[in-house]
Amino acid sequence: MKHFTTILSHEIRMLLVSPSTYIAAVLFLSVMGFVFSGILERYSAAAQETSPAAVFFQLFWLPVFFMVPLLTMKCLAEERRLGTLETLLTAPVSTTEVVLGKYFAAYFLYLLLWGATGGFFYIMHRFAGDARFLDLGPLLGGYLFIAVSGLLYIALGVFASSLSRNQAVAGILAFTLLFGIIIGVRFVGSLELLNLEAMESLRAAIDYTMVFRHLEDFTRGVVDTRQVLFYVSGTVLALIFSILGVEAKLLHS
Amino acid sequence: MSSAEPPAIEVRDLVKTYSGHTAVSKISFTVAPGEVLGFLGPNGAGKSTTMRILTGYLPATAGEVNVCGVPVASRGDEVKKFIGYMPENNPLPDDMRVAEYLHYRGRLKEITRRKLGPRIDEVLELCDLTRVRHRIIGKLSKGFRQRVGIAEAILAEPPVIIMDEPTIGLDPHQIQIVRDLIASLRGRMTVIISSHILPEIEMTCDRVLIINQGRVVAAGTPADLRREVFGQARYELEIAGDLAVALPSALAQIDPSLQIAETGAADAGGFSQLTLTSTRDDDLGEALLHALTATGSFRVRSLCRIQPTLEDVFLAATRRGWELLDTPASAAPTPKRTP
Repeated sequence: MKHFTTILSHEIRMLLVSPSTYIAAVLFLSVMGFVFSGILERYSAAAQETSPAAVFFQLFWLPVFFMVPLLTMKCLAEERRLGTLETLLTAPVSTTEVVLGKYFAAYFLYLLLWGATGGFFYIMHRFAGDARFLDLGPLLGGYLFIAVSGLLYIALGVFASSLSRNQAVAGILAFTLLFGIIIGVRFVGSLELLNLEAMESLRAAIDYTMVFRHLEDFTRGVVDTRQVLFYVSGTVLALIFSILGVEAKLLHS
Repeated sequence: MSSAEPPAIEVRDLVKTYSGHTAVSKISFTVAPGEVLGFLGPNGAGKSTTMRILTGYLPATAGEVNVCGVPVASRGDEVKKFIGYMPENNPLPDDMRVAEYLHYRGRLKEITRRKLGPRIDEVLELCDLTRVRHRIIGKLSKGFRQRVGIAEAILAEPPVIIMDEPTIGLDPHQIQIVRDLIASLRGRMTVIISSHILPEIEMTCDRVLIINQGRVVAAGTPADLRREVFGQARYELEIAGDLAVALPSALAQIDPSLQIAETGAADAGGFSQLTLTSTRDDDLGEALLHALTATGSFRVRSLCRIQPTLEDVFLAATRRGWELLDTPASAAPTPKRTP
């Protein structure tokens, strides 16, 4: 792990000079800005029961779908297309270090962008001048959920990127994986079929992986270690598959 | 470990197959420390594959590869520290500056920060890149990019340097720089280069390995290869006179091994073009001229000794594909000379 920091700082640097990062950032912040102002309008029209932060994080999947692919699609696919993966892996560096360095660089940027949305809440707090509007509990819970679930989403993006030498293919694959895990599971969970008695165990498994339920729990201030474990173990698995993906491609290139 | 220095590179019965297709089949060779080895072969001969296996980037299907006495297969991480590698087509990141890139690579190659700065200045100077050190790599011309790749390969001063076609796309002046660069490494570092440009290999390499269809078809110094492949000295003669009877006896008097290999048709002036062969290594040119003109029965217009270039050796060796180890060189048929 000697080279991890070298690769990490290099990757963060490269992400910060790459245009696609800024495209992702502008898209993300403008979409979230619209969402946030929409929420505020609703709240100014009539009193609501939940805090604005809880509603805001309900829509977290919207930016995740385009931002995660944009941040991660490049990382391994581009290296392979240019052939620089060959120079990188013939240096005294292990595949694990390369994949982890790229993963944490993308994760850092993901957190940075979500961190920027903190500005919305600050502005609201500043101009509303009323501490009641800024419900700190759901806000911190929401950000914690973003940080924990982001681990898995970015890992899925890196995995998709390790499978292709084409950025577009990697991006679409990442989108598909994310869609499957966020919306797909929710859809499957609503199937009538699962109400059968024989499906009891499957139903429990799907309930366990229901992302929106996790979000609810987090914003209510319930941090369930089982849910954290779900994301962490999923991340580890996706990263192991990414490392294998890079190495398998070497064997058959 | 024994007191004798292990060979820089030792390859034994190396085999690599890609899903049924054999890219490299039973290649064996050794490279002594400080030697410059040239890899020659047509496209798809297995040069790049062999180089990739040497660097530990690709695993071999069978066989043994040792770099500086360390087996690549089981201790690949150690081997990577011994090798400076420049892959085919010299891939570089397009969005970095030259000095930045070298700094990043230097850190990956475990050069300490304190040494890295001066070392980067040194390689930039060596490769004539000082002018472009702050330019973005993606905007450099091909010659500069190529030299950035070479600078990167020699950056950590590894004992073994492997370069896949380092002079491709360079102009003559830049080729000269690369040639001098490689010459300056001779003795200090072991260098393996592959190339299509034969004079290039001939000028820079101590030893040449010709590979065709995954096999070593010829190996040795350029001079050895000439002798092995052609077996004899050849002369080209333009002469008029009685060629059927008088000439062979005249030739036999000069040297018994002199033979007429080919006789061309006589042109308008009565001169025919002949190819003579001899097993003698020393030059018979003067003796020939002297003997043939002394009698007055022949008129000689020109005489020259044919120096087979490495190109001829290469074409002959790859066309026939004979295996050096299996067939003795003398058994090979005389190849046709290319103009």
